[in-house]
Amino acid sequence: MSEAVGAILLISGAFFVLVAALGVLRLPDLFMRMHATTKAGTLGAGLVLVAAAVVSGDLAVAVKAVLVFLFLLLTAPVAAHVLGRAAYYDRVELWDRTHHDDLEGRYDEVRIGAPDRVADAATARNESP
Amino acid sequence: MSLLDGPTSLLQVAAYIAFAATTLAFIASFVRVVVGPSLADRVLALDMMGLVSVSLIATYAIAADQALFLDAALALALIGFLGTVAFARFIELRRRSSHE
Repeated sequence: MSEAVGAILLISGAFFVLVAALGVLRLPDLFMRMHATTKAGTLGAGLVLVAAAVVSGDLAVAVKAVLVFLFLLLTAPVAAHVLGRAAYYDRVELWDRTHHDDLEGRYDEVRIGAPDRVADAATARNESP
Repeated sequence: MSLLDGPTSLLQVAAYIAFAATTLAFIASFVRVVVGPSLADRVLALDMMGLVSVSLIATYAIAADQALFLDAALALALIGFLGTVAFARFIELRRRSSHE
């Protein structure tokens, strides 16, 4: 019984990891790729770890596997936030079909360099009353 | 009984399928590390490779029935997190300090 449950968890976890990696490979800009790793990737690795916990049948091993999963759940959002912030300050290019950036013009003093389009939009907004 | 003899139970069949899927995921993430284009993309893909490695190690722990490998998964998850945070700090600070 636990073997069948473990097999299902294992295959679905591996499937989510594969989907997340395909997202990293195929999605058009950094922030969308981040969307794939943080959610699908964490879920996939977590399902595989839960499968290891279910299959082992040993409480000590199960606790260890679930602990790794909890650690991933805690760290993935933090790592994604820190990296996303750094990338936005670094002016990582957005997808060319992005039509709305809520943060545009709000972080110009901490952002690095000044690509023309973004800088022009910010000054135009500041000059018009 | 060795893993090289092929799958001997339902669980091992599942583990072999999972091996194939995670290996493909590993390759896809690695392509993103190579093509970039920005440093942040590479760091993100490396983070993903760490995650894939954790699942690969957990799958191997299941297939080989060796719970000890989970310790390696824990260590790798820790290192992956610290590496990502350190790289993010680096991205944020490297060019700002050279501008001032």
